[in-house]
Amino acid sequence: MRKDVYSICLMCSMRCPIKVTVKNDQVVRIEGNPHVPGIEGSICAKGAAAIGLLNDTERLQYPMVRSGPRGSNRWRRVSWQEALDYVSRKLERIIEKDGAQSIVFGERWNLSTHLSRTFMKAIGSPNHFTHDSLCKGSMNTACRSLFGYIDEQMFMDYANVRHMVIYGRNLFESLDIRAAKAFTGALAKGAKLTYIDPKVTVTATKAHRYWMIRPGTDLALNYALIHTILNEGLHDSVYAKRWILGLEELREFVRPYTPEWAEEVSGIPAAEIVALAREMSGDKPRVVFNFGFRATNYPDEIYFRRSIMILNALMGSIETPGGVFFKKSPVEVGGQPPRELNNQQLPDIDLPRFDRVGTPEFPLPDPRTGVAQMLPRAIMDSNPFPLKAAIFYRFDPLCSIMDSRQTRKALDKLDLIVSIDINHSDIAGFSDVVLPESIFLERTDSIFRVDGLIPQMFLRRQAVTPRYDTKSGPIILKELAQKMGVGQWFPYETMEELIEWQLAGTGFTITDFNTKGFVTYTDKPIFWDRENGLDLKTPSRRIEFISSMLENAGFESFPEYHPLPSPPDGYFRLICGRSVFHCNVATQNNRYLSHVLPENEIWVNRKAADGLGIHDGDMVTVSSSRGKGRIKAFVTDMIHPETVFMLHGFGHQNPLAVRSYKKGVSDALLQENVTDKVGGSHALNTTFVKIQPV
Amino acid sequence: MSAYYLLQDIDKCIGCGTCEMQCKINKGISPEPRLCKVVSIGLKWVETVPRGYYVFMNCFHCENPLCVAVCPTHAMQKREKDGIVFIEEDRCVGCKLCIHACPWGAPQWNPETGKAVKCDLCKDRIDVGLLPDCVGACPTGCLSFGNIDRMSASIRFSHKAHLAAREKTGAASCTPEKIGDRVG
Repeated sequence: MRKDVYSICLMCSMRCPIKVTVKNDQVVRIEGNPHVPGIEGSICAKGAAAIGLLNDTERLQYPMVRSGPRGSNRWRRVSWQEALDYVSRKLERIIEKDGAQSIVFGERWNLSTHLSRTFMKAIGSPNHFTHDSLCKGSMNTACRSLFGYIDEQMFMDYANVRHMVIYGRNLFESLDIRAAKAFTGALAKGAKLTYIDPKVTVTATKAHRYWMIRPGTDLALNYALIHTILNEGLHDSVYAKRWILGLEELREFVRPYTPEWAEEVSGIPAAEIVALAREMSGDKPRVVFNFGFRATNYPDEIYFRRSIMILNALMGSIETPGGVFFKKSPVEVGGQPPRELNNQQLPDIDLPRFDRVGTPEFPLPDPRTGVAQMLPRAIMDSNPFPLKAAIFYRFDPLCSIMDSRQTRKALDKLDLIVSIDINHSDIAGFSDVVLPESIFLERTDSIFRVDGLIPQMFLRRQAVTPRYDTKSGPIILKELAQKMGVGQWFPYETMEELIEWQLAGTGFTITDFNTKGFVTYTDKPIFWDRENGLDLKTPSRRIEFISSMLENAGFESFPEYHPLPSPPDGYFRLICGRSVFHCNVATQNNRYLSHVLPENEIWVNRKAADGLGIHDGDMVTVSSSRGKGRIKAFVTDMIHPETVFMLHGFGHQNPLAVRSYKKGVSDALLQENVTDKVGGSHALNTTFVKIQPV
Repeated sequence: MSAYYLLQDIDKCIGCGTCEMQCKINKGISPEPRLCKVVSIGLKWVETVPRGYYVFMNCFHCENPLCVAVCPTHAMQKREKDGIVFIEEDRCVGCKLCIHACPWGAPQWNPETGKAVKCDLCKDRIDVGLLPDCVGACPTGCLSFGNIDRMSASIRFSHKAHLAAREKTGAASCTPEKIGDRVG
């Protein structure tokens, strides 16, 4: 029997809508959901290769409890009953002895994050965190400081933009199908692209202007762009007068940051900086200084991200077609959003978090996400309190938090490590108990609320029965909660009941998703009135260049530019990025994807390589203060000479994932654990490495 | 040649390999055979901008296909109604003569079946009005497919649109120096 199931992909975090064709309980093909505007059947290589994941024998197949030393990968297969009994008993003992705050729960943000938050609140621990600080924490903080909204509540109109400036957001490799399709369409219609990155990418090859900027100097470039704009009156003065708080202070502040100064710092000719400022002004307001995705580069990340948004505001491009817009919630059209379990009246927890977010020491990062990279330090120092147990849900701290050796050492101090995962990930291999989750094709998930110009809801629907003895995350969490005596906060037996609970009051039911896989609250894109209707959430209800949030916490709104230290002689700045064939650390063992891209290489500038006697294709040793590894060199003049580059997420250490075991080198092994103390992101590009021929 | 044409807009191609992957999945084959292939050219500097090109290559479905001529079991066939060259799998004995004969490397070896496998323009799909999988899956819409008569008109039209866009934005002369001159 053949049927089509509308669902949501999870081969990466974009969550593209898909149509899954199923024949006799086997997935035969996956394509983009043809009913969704901007998707129209499109998929990517990762999404298509999900069938490789479904049928993989090298993924987690049943619950396991460790039977050898930690990390030995010696396991005992157990029943779900036994696994959950084991975990709940251990957690209860830990709570009794050390309090619930000694338990930490870390996850990659996912559709069921509202359940994990509920679970942690129910057992009385403040220590829930997501991966966000390793991804874009400072962008979140930057947007709150300017608009009162987080970055996820804003997006860009790729289809109608006239000129986009992109800082290292590798749109065509770190692929968001809708954005890529919309923007290739815009380029074909004559839109312009200025791309700024120390390394050439596919996105750079589509640019009309490319600047190989000296790494870490983007803030200097932006200060000079702002200088030029305000000096020459290139900004949208009507918009600025209406919405911007602190324009005169900014004008005063950027006075010394001339294009000539920025040329010295960044290597970009002053005349070109001036030309870009004028061009953007000529096309305003349909221009975008792109603020996505990853915002985890340098310790001053929040100020660089603020400067991008300040440029958008100066162009008047915020809340306009072809510019940046605020995503609208269903409330905007009188609708009710889906309910989330953590909206219940759960008990308040008056304890500090393990990462100290929300205390005077670390006041501004978003406590809803926390700061993941603080975990190793918090465990090692038992500060602010001892941590005894960790649950990791679809999150691999050993490959994602910088300085993996330190992370491993810290985790080993815990009495209990539990992984809820689909892969034989590094953290699964280092856990005491493994609870295998069904993959996205085998499970139904919580409602995916999608705010935007048109608010919508999507549903991930089970397409086939689980291949192995696995369960969906929401059921695992509910059963664990029941065993721990807090099951009352999980009012469902099946996923369908959870969905109906979420949809109650929205006017939609689960069957409304049958025909197209999604529902919409309205037909027409919603833009707020630019003269009077911007619903800003800052205390002043304006775009706060002078930010009350920053200044009340004791931070400056416009900090002076401090150059980063340059790499010493013989060293390079390590930067990392993504490929179109893999998602972070999750897909390297996929049969199809590993065949296309089995390992990472290190990009070395040709002149630098010549000096070191390294030839293209040579094996080299790359070493930092934290670790070292052997990797193949790619010698090229497509990268800034101060820099070397490698793809994130390789060098896995779990031998049960045979295809990805020890393939390439893990960036987390090399990187130092450095944080933007204001914004909360970790600063990935601060590590210097040495390259030597083997 | 077949009655169809598969057109690639090279400006829109981002080399993401979706066409290749979806093709393998739809055919239910292992990762190794590449029935279509995106050939990367570059990276190279063109004045001040880096350029890389991604060229889509699949079977040409030749007028006089050598693969058909050499096949000893008549597994390799040319469809009469539209010229699609395809393999009838049951007849293939895995002798590899077609792989040897084709100057373009179109027939591929499937290690799981021990037989040859090649692009058939997803004839089962096009026969029911669907697009070949490489075309339908493309994230940027850089591939299009249709009857050769219609496609040549479409090429002319898109060329015209392309020139019009250049006229409007000056995108064709966007090296940094030239922009500086124009604006300054």
